[in-house]
Amino acid sequence: MTQAAASALALEVVGLTKSYGDVHAVRGLDLRVPVGQCFGLLGPNGAGKTTTIEICEGLNRRDSGTLRVLGRTWEQDAAWLRTQLGIQLQETQLAEKLSVTETLTLFRSFYATGRTIDDVIDLVQLGEKRTARVMGLSGGQKQRLALACALVGDPQLLFLDEPTTGLDPQSRRQLWTLVEGLKRDGRTIVLTTHYMDEAERLCDNIAIVDHGTVIALGSPRQLIASLGAEHVIRLGVGESAKAQHPIAIAELLGLPDVTGGRETATGYELRVGAVQAVLPSLLAVAASHGVQWHELSTHTATLEDVFVSLTGRELRDG
Amino acid sequence: MQIASLKQLTLARFREFIREPEAVFWTFVFPLLLAGGLAIAFRDKAPEQAIIAVVAPAQGDSAGARVATALRAAAMGDSAPLRTRVIPADSIEEVLRTGTAALVVVAQAGGGVEYRFDPARPEARTARQVTDDILQRATGRRDPMPVREVTVRERGSRYIDFFLPGLLAMNIMGSSIWSLAFAIVTQRNKKLLKRLAATPMSRLEYLLSFVLSRLVFLGLEMAVLLGFGVFVLDVPIRGALPSLVLVAFIGAAAFSAIGLLVSSRSKTIEGVSGLTNFVMLPMWIFSGVFFSASNFPSVIQPVVQALPLTALVNGLRAIMLQGASLAGVWPQLALLAGFFVVCLTIALRIFRWQ
Repeated sequence: MTQAAASALALEVVGLTKSYGDVHAVRGLDLRVPVGQCFGLLGPNGAGKTTTIEICEGLNRRDSGTLRVLGRTWEQDAAWLRTQLGIQLQETQLAEKLSVTETLTLFRSFYATGRTIDDVIDLVQLGEKRTARVMGLSGGQKQRLALACALVGDPQLLFLDEPTTGLDPQSRRQLWTLVEGLKRDGRTIVLTTHYMDEAERLCDNIAIVDHGTVIALGSPRQLIASLGAEHVIRLGVGESAKAQHPIAIAELLGLPDVTGGRETATGYELRVGAVQAVLPSLLAVAASHGVQWHELSTHTATLEDVFVSLTGRELRDG
Repeated sequence: MQIASLKQLTLARFREFIREPEAVFWTFVFPLLLAGGLAIAFRDKAPEQAIIAVVAPAQGDSAGARVATALRAAAMGDSAPLRTRVIPADSIEEVLRTGTAALVVVAQAGGGVEYRFDPARPEARTARQVTDDILQRATGRRDPMPVREVTVRERGSRYIDFFLPGLLAMNIMGSSIWSLAFAIVTQRNKKLLKRLAATPMSRLEYLLSFVLSRLVFLGLEMAVLLGFGVFVLDVPIRGALPSLVLVAFIGAAAFSAIGLLVSSRSKTIEGVSGLTNFVMLPMWIFSGVFFSASNFPSVIQPVVQALPLTALVNGLRAIMLQGASLAGVWPQLALLAGFFVVCLTIALRIFRWQ
């Protein structure tokens, strides 16, 4: 690899491992994030996303592997790196008794150069709350303040660890708009999430992480295309009916235009090319087994389906 | 820029504190309560009267009646050295057990008396002495040597004069260590330390901001306690006030650094409370707050003298009571400054940011 190519990467992680006692949180994880991209680490809770991101942020030590952040290493350039990174941690509680402006003034004082306080307050739309104490802010406002704290140093690289977890839908959308604005400014953003829609909407590239390794990598479009299926059909029959009148999954997978599928506790899930091509034969099979289905749904394939096809589990199962 | 960050960190500490009304209340009210308690305990009052009980003489017991009459006569008037009560013979044990009288006088059949008291009680020993003098003189004793009494209540040599500098020092130690330990462990719990550690913030400045904010509050606490001591209890400050303030500030810096060290690793309030008590308890006992530290055996004196609270107590006392100059307390100042530097250095090295 040439020097120029290496320096165009904002983050390069090779063979990263980290264990806590017997728990192998990260086992041989690789990431390459080009400058200017929004990169998502997507995976269930406990997949190793936060450990990985904290190692990249210099807050945690790795057991092995190599790591270059903005072309430098934590071992040699920790002080410089801290001036260049903007960080939002998953569960930081800022000082309750300080106001929005006071909190940002405090964080701004740590950086030699950066944005003005008014600038970041406008950016995260907390203008009406500038004199309010942190304790009086809503969850979404607190998250936006945390993001503002990450932005006061005008960072080259921004790490956002589950920025919208626990927020109501409206607050989530507000935060997405913010992140999209930062993307347009050409900043490199690395974010973790366990929300598919968030990753699909915000990220140029996504690494799906499970059990401490990357199990799939690509743009949201590429990942969904890798399923070889456009749609997903769910047939719900209920747990007891499924036990009384079982349908062999192999029989369903043998239907024309079905590319994959699985049994769930209460029914069946098939990844298909075209819904109208599969549906009649699927219902015919169900009828031939005497199955009384009570639920039939179809949706366009999503990242969630990618995760399911890779792991056999749903993301929220953890 | 770096100075700006130290200023902002200190301001943040200050704001967080003054916006916690309960903390402010206790910081200033506690020294006031203490001082008020002292004022009551050490107010000017007549010398203590011994309370004694005389067993009621039986019918026709003339010797017993003489004893009771002599004691009652001595107990007349406000400035009498004792007060008497007459009790039935069967309640002697009860009176001694409940401590309602320091001494029970029982007249004996042969003309003598019996004193019943617990010699472990200082007021009981005094009561025995006073009672015996009265009874011996009433029955004819004459003291061969003439005695003249001059009583002294000199300002600066009373117990309250001795105790106030110790109290001031103890307050500096307690508030410095406690307030820092709680604030830091809370910030660690809330992952705020971790977030701060991810910024270019200077870690030394973070720790120093705690010391600085402590010094601001020290000024206020000291004014309250010292003002009360001087204006209400009439305790003298014989040395220069700036010297006294400087010693107190260096002491507060030393104890703040100890507070930082104590809280450098703990993750829970419970854990840091135990550690704080472990660190402070030896100093409460050995540092001469309540009585002179020189009372301890010479074997442990090197340890006693090396305690920072001993240095602070002795330094404050020397300036307030003996009018010492800063040059006169340099060993104490050096020891406290040493504690500040060493504890701060170690704390910075082992501090847990997450």
